[in-house]
Amino acid sequence: MSIDKKTVEYMAHLARINLGDKELEKLSTQLDSILDFIDTLKKVSIEGVPPTSHALPINNVLREDSLAASLPAEKTFSNAPSRKNNFFTVPKVIE
Amino acid sequence: MNLYSLTAHELNELFKAKRAKPQEAIDSLNSRIEEVEGKVKAYVRVNHRSQIDVKGVPVTITDNICTENLFTECCSKILEGFKPPYDATVIRKLKDAGTTIFDLKTNMDEFAFGSSTENSCFGPTRNPWNTSCVPGGSSGGSAACVAADEAIWALGSDTGGSIRQPASFCGVVGLKPTYGRVSRYGLIAFASSLDQIGPITKDVEDSALLTNIISGFDPMDSTSANIPVPDYTKSLGIDIKGIKIGIPKEYFVQGLDPEVKILAHEAIAKLKSLGADYKEVSLPHTEYAVPVYYIIATAEASSNLARFDGVQYGFRTKGKIQNLIEMYKETRGEGFGEEAKRRIILGTFALSHGYYDAYYLRALKVRTLIKQDFDKVFKEFDCIVTPTSPTTAFKISEKAEDPLEMYLSDIYTISANLAGIPAISIPCGFTKDNLPVGLQILAKPFAEEKLFTVAHAYEQNAGWYKIKPKL
Amino acid sequence: MSYEVVIGLEVHLQLKTRTKAFCGCSTEFGAEPNSQVCPVCLGFPGSLPVFNLTALDYGIKVALALNCTIQEHTKFDRKNYFYPDLPKAYQISQYDLPLSKNGHIDVELKQGPKRVGITRVHMEEDAGKLIHQDDYSCVDYNRTGIPLLEIVSEPDIRSPEEAYQYLVTLKSIIAYLDVSDCDMEKGSLRCDANISLRPAGQIELGTKTELKNLNSFKAVKDALNFEIMRQTQALDGGVKILQETRLWDEKVQQTISMRTKEGAQDYRYFPEPDLPEIKITQEKINEVKSSLPELPHEKMLRFTKEYGLSVYDAGILVYSKADASYAEECMKAYFSKDKKAVANWFNGALLSEANARNSSLSGLKVAAANLIELIGYVDREEISNLTAKVVLTEMIDTKKTAGTIIKEKSLIQISDTGALDKIARQIIEENPKSVADFKTGKNNALMFLVGQVMRKSGGKANPKVVQEVLKGRLTNA
Repeated sequence: MSIDKKTVEYMAHLARINLGDKELEKLSTQLDSILDFIDTLKKVSIEGVPPTSHALPINNVLREDSLAASLPAEKTFSNAPSRKNNFFTVPKVIE
Repeated sequence: MNLYSLTAHELNELFKAKRAKPQEAIDSLNSRIEEVEGKVKAYVRVNHRSQIDVKGVPVTITDNICTENLFTECCSKILEGFKPPYDATVIRKLKDAGTTIFDLKTNMDEFAFGSSTENSCFGPTRNPWNTSCVPGGSSGGSAACVAADEAIWALGSDTGGSIRQPASFCGVVGLKPTYGRVSRYGLIAFASSLDQIGPITKDVEDSALLTNIISGFDPMDSTSANIPVPDYTKSLGIDIKGIKIGIPKEYFVQGLDPEVKILAHEAIAKLKSLGADYKEVSLPHTEYAVPVYYIIATAEASSNLARFDGVQYGFRTKGKIQNLIEMYKETRGEGFGEEAKRRIILGTFALSHGYYDAYYLRALKVRTLIKQDFDKVFKEFDCIVTPTSPTTAFKISEKAEDPLEMYLSDIYTISANLAGIPAISIPCGFTKDNLPVGLQILAKPFAEEKLFTVAHAYEQNAGWYKIKPKL
Repeated sequence: MSYEVVIGLEVHLQLKTRTKAFCGCSTEFGAEPNSQVCPVCLGFPGSLPVFNLTALDYGIKVALALNCTIQEHTKFDRKNYFYPDLPKAYQISQYDLPLSKNGHIDVELKQGPKRVGITRVHMEEDAGKLIHQDDYSCVDYNRTGIPLLEIVSEPDIRSPEEAYQYLVTLKSIIAYLDVSDCDMEKGSLRCDANISLRPAGQIELGTKTELKNLNSFKAVKDALNFEIMRQTQALDGGVKILQETRLWDEKVQQTISMRTKEGAQDYRYFPEPDLPEIKITQEKINEVKSSLPELPHEKMLRFTKEYGLSVYDAGILVYSKADASYAEECMKAYFSKDKKAVANWFNGALLSEANARNSSLSGLKVAAANLIELIGYVDREEISNLTAKVVLTEMIDTKKTAGTIIKEKSLIQISDTGALDKIARQIIEENPKSVADFKTGKNNALMFLVGQVMRKSGGKANPKVVQEVLKGRLTNA
């Protein structure tokens, strides 16, 4: 077994996704078989192999420190689910 | 003659000769959509039409490329109602080139997560060749509308085959350019290190034309390559005599549909008859491409999709919530579809404490090996030819309940994204059931010209592009 | 039991680039909420970051000034967590290949210099601002994406006072580089502190707490002092220290536990795929190195050598770059080889004027030549120190030169023995009790009489001469 229900539940929490009981059950089974399949990677010898996180060998792409236009408020807020004056608003933050 | 059935280069000729007007092309497409869209369902929000600036050849865009003031929702409830306040760089380039951005966007798997266009909050798209089959995915809507003549040409996005596999299933031409060839600015990211925007067209010439327009360095995309863009139409009509083609043995193994295999071999024989040399080659790490991909792509996706949290745009839960964390969880729980949740959670797992080395880091290393396989072959060969997909279009809902089975349908297309190389899919015939089959040609980074040369030579000789689905 | 205090500081520094780290929005402080935002810093879907080369240059500058080794190969990583002030739900930061590592700074303490190690200096982006209301919170993204440096010290600091001096020194160095406003009130410099106690002699570190909400250097010191007391009491009472984050409450002068969250955070760091890696060549490093100004520590050493100042005096003079160059200008203009007098003026009268006016020393705008002219009057004993201070105040207020003021108010002191003797005689007559006291050996009495003579002369008498004259009269009488 590669992943259990508890771990999936924790991952869902980290990802801030509510899962119903049935959903969690199903997802756990599916992820377990997907991870079993992914575990075939364990067969590959990776000793001394560097990781590739970028497909192209590009370096040092930088921009000049020059001002560009910011968005006007009507565009900034045009999609906002909740707004008060010139602020986005969210429900009370309590951890 | 119906304008909707034309290619972009044909339409351009008519415009130039003043034998047709851009508005007529739009009208023609609209009448075609009226006629067949009910069967194909390639577009989303068909009842929400917007005013558009009609200039030249209309181009159709997938729902994950930002178009100013047009819905761009990635076919996901979580982006419900999102109209970006900006254009993607490719859209800006298309506008600058005098094309018309068509106001309807095409259907896709939610956030490009899928290979069938079934994972869309708007429902599935159907394959114009057989409407009980999927069009492939994720850019299935774009491939289907081009095949069904509901579009002149279209853009899609390709993270693991999402342009090529639907192009193959729908009998059209789909190109995934080299990573960095086309700006990703404004493409709503799935997996940043793999995503590329590319053209889905009726023929290779249109593919070259559209690639000309959208390619090039973009100061807004740090990962776009600052390498000059050649005129790709100059690669067309060139003799392929002496071109060296590698045929990877790992692509012709168990799981490959026998009919697809035969058609691919016939295509290779045709290329030989046109003067190409071919030889069997090996890409030994091919079998690891799918598992590597499903770690890297989901890991990046889990981070890229974290921003959809109901704060600044898109959907926010209407349910009763006490505090912020509940708002996050409810919004994301309701807003994402099943496959999106599956991938986000898988990707979160691959990056999480205690699993990072075993999954994510290992996948990055195997990615290096896959890339090296290609480097080696391209030292000796101009291109590699394979089937695009191991099968033809499958039935709707046939694989919907088995994600792993679905993932394996990208087995031949994923490696190009991992290696960052360009690849094109062109039609190479039909099965007995009259479903199209695609041939994939791959080349080394920034060697799109080679792809166009070989693809065009084959296409013009084989003539499959003349056959259209009956709708 | 006696405990050793172990402190490490994490400083976040906003770089004063014109634009944000990854987009062209302005970094100006105090704008309308959400007016300096764009699709990139708002994390709108499809937007992509492009790094600001000035931010990189500033980062390299700071790292070199803190004696760090610049990494030839550096990259950005994503730090993933959900919070409304973080629009992408990840912060672009650096994880395993930071800009630089292994530096140090030398901090001058009363007991002598101390070297504090710098673990790393890395680049990242700032988050937005949350304003909490009763039942909801407002988000302003103007600050989001401003380039930050995180400067992490080694746990080398052993007392709140050392922590304070470390911050003063660090701020001074950064101000010399002119890459940040270093203004804690505006949040351009922020500090978190890690503190643990261990029984004296023990090698193993104790459990640490992380202190946040430290809004001034003084708050850092106060919070650390409080935490030492709290942890000492806990340890003495056999209570285990919890590894936790505690907030400093300025009002009640206490650190307060932030209720512990669900275990440790899992930030799922991974390489930022949207940003190519950065290679920093030796050439580039040399180029930046040669552009660095003389830094406070070097300047301090030079001042002690060139001008014969004490480490203490030089240390105060070099704190601010502008003040140091002002002081140096004055020392150069000063005719005597012994520059101590100038240092005394700077760390004495000039400093009190500056403090009283809430200004810097150079901000008083007393030209070097004018100050030296004033010091000359004192050196030549033409005016007293006391008078000189009055003249200085007037110089600052009226922008007149010392000479003009002294002339206008005829402040040249009376050193003429004959003239002073007259006054002295009078004072002796008027104060028989003090005279008697002096004769019984009470030295204070002499000082009193000197003061009386000074008063009578309208402050113009040369106190040295007065003293001599008085002494002569009293002992001979």
